[in-house]
Amino acid sequence: MADELKDIVLKYVIAEYCEDDSDPVTYDTPLISGGIVDSFSMVSLKRFLENKYKISIPDDQATPEAFDSVDKIALLVRKFTQA
Amino acid sequence: MSNIGNYEERYKTFTWGQAAEELEYRPGGVLNIGWYCSDRICEQGKGDKTALIWEGMSGVEKRYTYHDIRRASNTIGAFLRGLGINPGDRVCLFMDKVPELYLGVLGILKIGAIGQPLFSAFGDESLFVRLDNAQTRAIITQKKHAPKVRKILDKLPHLQYIIIVDHDGKPLKDREVAFSLEKSEPVEKIDIHPTEAESPSLLHYTSGTTGLPKGVKHVHYSLLAQYQTARWALDVRDEDIYWCTADPGWVTGTSYGIIGPWCLGVTQCVLDAGFSAEAWYRFIEKNRVTNWYSAPTAIRSLMKAGDEVIKKYDLSSLRALSSVGEPLNSEAVIWSERVFGKPFLDTYFQTETGSIMITNYQGMKVKPGSMGKPFPGTTAVILDQKTFEPYTETGKIGLIALKPGWPSMMRTYWNNEETYQKKFRNGWYLTGDRASIDKEGYFWFVGRDDDIINTGGHLVSPFEVESALIEHPAVAESAVVSKPDPINMEVVKAFVTLKSGFAPSADLDLEIMNFIRKKLSPLAMPQEIEFTDALPKTRSGKIMRRILKAKEWGEEIGDTSTLEND
Repeated sequence: MADELKDIVLKYVIAEYCEDDSDPVTYDTPLISGGIVDSFSMVSLKRFLENKYKISIPDDQATPEAFDSVDKIALLVRKFTQA
Repeated sequence: MSNIGNYEERYKTFTWGQAAEELEYRPGGVLNIGWYCSDRICEQGKGDKTALIWEGMSGVEKRYTYHDIRRASNTIGAFLRGLGINPGDRVCLFMDKVPELYLGVLGILKIGAIGQPLFSAFGDESLFVRLDNAQTRAIITQKKHAPKVRKILDKLPHLQYIIIVDHDGKPLKDREVAFSLEKSEPVEKIDIHPTEAESPSLLHYTSGTTGLPKGVKHVHYSLLAQYQTARWALDVRDEDIYWCTADPGWVTGTSYGIIGPWCLGVTQCVLDAGFSAEAWYRFIEKNRVTNWYSAPTAIRSLMKAGDEVIKKYDLSSLRALSSVGEPLNSEAVIWSERVFGKPFLDTYFQTETGSIMITNYQGMKVKPGSMGKPFPGTTAVILDQKTFEPYTETGKIGLIALKPGWPSMMRTYWNNEETYQKKFRNGWYLTGDRASIDKEGYFWFVGRDDDIINTGGHLVSPFEVESALIEHPAVAESAVVSKPDPINMEVVKAFVTLKSGFAPSADLDLEIMNFIRKKLSPLAMPQEIEFTDALPKTRSGKIMRRILKAKEWGEEIGDTSTLEND
């Protein structure tokens, strides 16, 4: 089902972290454990989400597990936008 | 009983001639690492033993015996020869941790060419600098990384071949050739180039505080050190299932992710996936890993993931744990002893040293937080920074220095002999690290002697990052320093002044971060950017980085008498 937040995050991930010839990325593609976004680059992804949605994600919740797919990222963002 | 047995006894009696004898190498004879890591093991009757268990994304697994890696490396070597790659030519490997990376290194070595493994996350500028410096003739890569190479191709007239190992049938572009290991006819026998002890083998790039990255030239004789240290520092045994988590783009991943285990005929496993505590524990359980060589950043990430997740997995196979890349903090040593039943042993070496130089050993008392003691066959001292004479008393902080001449010592910096010679003073090789020695002979790391940033175990040059930052249209000036980080030990922080017409903003902050990440690498990306009106400078206009760094680390700022606006 289309989801605007997920689409925005997915589009950003593809634009910023995937090369032209990469395999397709979907909402549930493993991003961190799949090697698409490494732990250093995760900081820039966190910054994008915080800027875009005017939230602050505590470091202890910005874990590789929480960032490991667009689906999981959307859950995290919604947690802080609805807080 | 550990392989090394009594350390003090070994330290007194060991000579590198013993390693040569065990390897059946006669001085002046042929010495080829690729042969030692595959053919020799087959000749010893272990051809059917598993050499490599590889797991990729989504759990895809491939297994290779020693016969398989012998043939595969022959096949790659023959392919390169067929293209016209000659002994001494530089062949870059720019891939994820796929089997072709590991087998490609052996293939390149077998034909006498020089392997130049590069971290696959490097951006196009980082890639260009290294390929240009080495005048690399061919690059073996994957289709996903080829765009970065294409971007810089016009500036690399020496780069003749872009070899794509997973070509998907789309039209190949300028200088590209497809190679499929799986579809190639396996080459049973290849004429192995008769490399000798001093024949160049690998070129690893390392960053310095100033200037461009330097190509560290290693030779086939390094095998003796990688063989002996894998046995005595990492305690690698014939029956081990060994896992080195390092990427072969870095020296640990070649010295101990290819040469060390395979010259010993051991089974090793490789996980080509991003970090996840669950995935790592699952991998250890599934493969019954016994010997695990990892890094402090990963270990601290595992600590952060918590102890509960460990209980879901059977990790009882683990026998020997070691760590490398940056000092392993005592909390991590104590934690690992508690949760795995044995401590991670800290090991220390550099790209330039090629093999472990100061380390902890199985069976020797571990002092959490200590580097350990010098490896047998080497001499390590602490030099007075003013006189470059070794301290005779313990407890004094100075420069870690090594007596030149161990087998894997770098032979030069590529095209930079002048910088290489500066690494030696008063007959000692200067590591650039500072430490002290205690009364029992244990070394204790203090820090770098220069401004180089060690983030996640990898060296990043502030100069490189600063040079890249001022290429951003908004940036006027920059100063890059390290900032403390609980997981990575240090991360990159950039102080930036903006050109007229630009204003600080969260969006600009992110834009600059991504600019550096793509241009250089995720490691070099500033994790924090501070916009400032002015950088602290001396009256002669030199940026006083140390003042910025001291503030980040909560240290005394020191002498500000030369500060411009004090």
